[in-house]
Amino acid sequence: MLAPRDAQDLRAIIADAAASGRKLELRGGGTKADFGAPREAEIVSLTALSGVVDYDPAELVLTVRPGTPLAEIEALVAGEGQMLAFEPWGDAAATIGGTVAAGVAGSRRVTAGSARDHLLGLTAVSGRGEVFVAGAKVVKNVTGYDLPKLLAGSWGRLAAMTELTLKVLPAPRVTTTLAAHGLSPRAAHAAMACALGSNADVSAAAHLKRGITLLRVAGFAPSVEARCAALAGLLSDHCSLSLLDEAAAAPLWAEAMTGHKLAGAVGWRIHLPPRHAPALVETLEPLGIDWAMDWGGGRLWVALDNAGPDVRMLAAQAGGEATLVRADAPTRGRIPAFPPRPAGVAALETRVARAFDPTGVFATTRFAEDAHADQLSA
Amino acid sequence: MSIAMPAPDEGTLAKRDRIIAAMQAIVPGEGVITQADALRPWESDGLTAYRQPPMLVVLPETVEQVSAVLRWCHGEGVKVVPRGSGTSLSGGALPLADAVLLGMGKFKRVLDVDYEDRVAVVQPGVTNLAITQAVEARGFYYAPDPSSQIACSIGGNVAENSGGVHCLKYGLTTNNVLGVELVLMDGEVVRLGGRHLDPAGLDLLGVVVGSEGLLGVVTEVTVRILPKPETARAVLVGFPDAESAGACVAQVIAEGIIPAGMEMMDRPAIHAAEAFVQVGYPLDVGALLIVEVDGPAAECDHLIGEIARIADHNGATTTRVSQDEAERMAFWAGRKAAFPAVGRISPDYYCMDGTIPRRQLPHVLRRMEELSAHHGLGVANVFHAGDGNLHPLILYDANVPGELDRAEEFGNDILRLCVEVGGVLTGEHGVGIEKRDLMPVMFGEEDLKQQQRVKCAFDPDLLLNPGKVFPTLHRCAELGRMHVHHGALPFPELPRF
Repeated sequence: MLAPRDAQDLRAIIADAAASGRKLELRGGGTKADFGAPREAEIVSLTALSGVVDYDPAELVLTVRPGTPLAEIEALVAGEGQMLAFEPWGDAAATIGGTVAAGVAGSRRVTAGSARDHLLGLTAVSGRGEVFVAGAKVVKNVTGYDLPKLLAGSWGRLAAMTELTLKVLPAPRVTTTLAAHGLSPRAAHAAMACALGSNADVSAAAHLKRGITLLRVAGFAPSVEARCAALAGLLSDHCSLSLLDEAAAAPLWAEAMTGHKLAGAVGWRIHLPPRHAPALVETLEPLGIDWAMDWGGGRLWVALDNAGPDVRMLAAQAGGEATLVRADAPTRGRIPAFPPRPAGVAALETRVARAFDPTGVFATTRFAEDAHADQLSA
Repeated sequence: MSIAMPAPDEGTLAKRDRIIAAMQAIVPGEGVITQADALRPWESDGLTAYRQPPMLVVLPETVEQVSAVLRWCHGEGVKVVPRGSGTSLSGGALPLADAVLLGMGKFKRVLDVDYEDRVAVVQPGVTNLAITQAVEARGFYYAPDPSSQIACSIGGNVAENSGGVHCLKYGLTTNNVLGVELVLMDGEVVRLGGRHLDPAGLDLLGVVVGSEGLLGVVTEVTVRILPKPETARAVLVGFPDAESAGACVAQVIAEGIIPAGMEMMDRPAIHAAEAFVQVGYPLDVGALLIVEVDGPAAECDHLIGEIARIADHNGATTTRVSQDEAERMAFWAGRKAAFPAVGRISPDYYCMDGTIPRRQLPHVLRRMEELSAHHGLGVANVFHAGDGNLHPLILYDANVPGELDRAEEFGNDILRLCVEVGGVLTGEHGVGIEKRDLMPVMFGEEDLKQQQRVKCAFDPDLLLNPGKVFPTLHRCAELGRMHVHHGALPFPELPRF
């Protein structure tokens, strides 16, 4: 494992790998190392590139180095009454760089946006071994191409970020969870759609297999109180709502948000139009799956004992995309992490990847998308 | 008029008749405009100081036609400039003498609205406001609201990543678009994103939004629609100076309030607006804030009280809270009329669009006064105060020789100042041609080259909207070249474990 001490080290490592045709894998806390196919690549640990560069709460802007622990950043912004609105989550070792590169987002994503919506700017070293800056350190900017969007969720396939500027927002003063019990997936979805489509400003909506539906209402106390009261009336045809105290609600949200607790050796994350979520659950349930629904049905975590059923195909038939998030190494070697895209999009994606990384320094066998990088770089 | 466009290609001009015939074969009827007098209305967009009649205008009606036009032009090496409603304030849709102007105005249909999933699928020529109009009966709206929203198209919004007064709370176009159908310069049709969140793979949609028509032509857009807030209220606050108004803005945000809109006007803008629309703006103040909150009535009442308290604490001299919808609209009427109002006190005005860190506002306004004196031109300021997006309006008279050039120089100085204090060249109007040559002020050569390499991945022959955004045109082959740094054994001193 290579452990660059700073951005200069990192640049030199990447330039050298590009010149010598070696493969590198960028790593933060390593908490997602078991994502994607097994591969052989030299690990470049970014954990030494750590620390807060600048934080100006009044400007809603935070600049950090990629190896900074996520927990440290969350504590820092919480100290100022602020938050990362995309509600990132991860294991204790998770870093902000890895979190953004993996496009991690929590339950609030359905209303507040994902990591891509909050990455304002960055400095990075491309696969060419060259340092570039993109975006900016202000909350509103349209100068030049929005390259930060490309890097968020790119899993380190384009460039190594050395500095990230994130938008932060005030944390709600009060966060309340309303719960309904005993709803079927179909009834829960209908209730969540009604809530999210109402002007009661529900910031997150999730449903667990054991029949618990969660609605999050956050903001200033008088507003939260009024909206909770309004929701009870709005959803009276769907369910009855009860207030859940936060100690009880937090683990339930974590379940819906991460899918970690689901039973089964093979785990999938399905992003789909919410209206198709109940039918997909009904199709999959006879196969013996465990599941959790987040984003009002727009994200479905599915776990089962083996990779037999073609979850990916069934998700596609529901207008969604299934990503393999948990499986043993042989299975991950056989089933690509991401669903295939249509040929035209895949080719475009490859050209964009090569625009940052022409020789495929970061194109390991982890992702099927990079399988032909070596031929294309010629 | 200091910005030069690439010299027209003589070979393209020489085969104009053949190009016209090919376009007429693809888009029959009146979809191809070729006569000089008929081309004149197309010679400019919202940046009217720059005019150039296009070689010809093509107005396709189907994605197949768009694809065929682009494929043919690609094969023949003919440049194409896409255009929505032509309201760009940065010259993004300025025609070229040797390019086909591809007008998307006939793509006017709302294709589908899914209220349950809260998305609308529309064609790119649908206006921004028409999306809201299509869904408002059911209590929904489309959040980004650029001031040109009655005219500007959603396709143009995608190209420019348009914002508006509500974007601190609700985001720009990029945060409200879920998917597009896009035709690449070689005619290939691709779909990026769709009706669900966070699609797999690289976020190509993210880079297409805001790419100013350089990466592809959008033929369909899927947007998120939001439930309309129950109510909205505004408060109008006067301050003795911009410092105290800025301090008020900072404290509002520090106390955890993200207003739906927070607009600031300086003294010249207040006076121009009040003279024009007479809505009762106080004239004895140095800066005026309009703060709007939306949501449940209980929330609005609570927040308006908080904001009034914070304003008072920061030395507000007048505070008026809207008592009804008519009064709220009156507060906004002055701000929304600020541009035409300035048009009444000056023969011409030039609208700038930089973003600064908000704490720099007093410094920037002071420097702007100095620049105003230096260039001998007046300036009025309106400011999206919540997000630091500044719109200085430079007053000039195009009939006075040299004044337009001076206005441009003044504008350039303002934008350099924005970057100098840690801000950017454009917060929502785009680079276009207007700020193209200032890009090196904000970006280094390698930064710009990296952006251009992305351009090459979409349009390697640089045929789509050339001459915009990038100050220097590099051939893609040249950009792809690697400079290999051969050297000693790599990093013996580095920790390895």
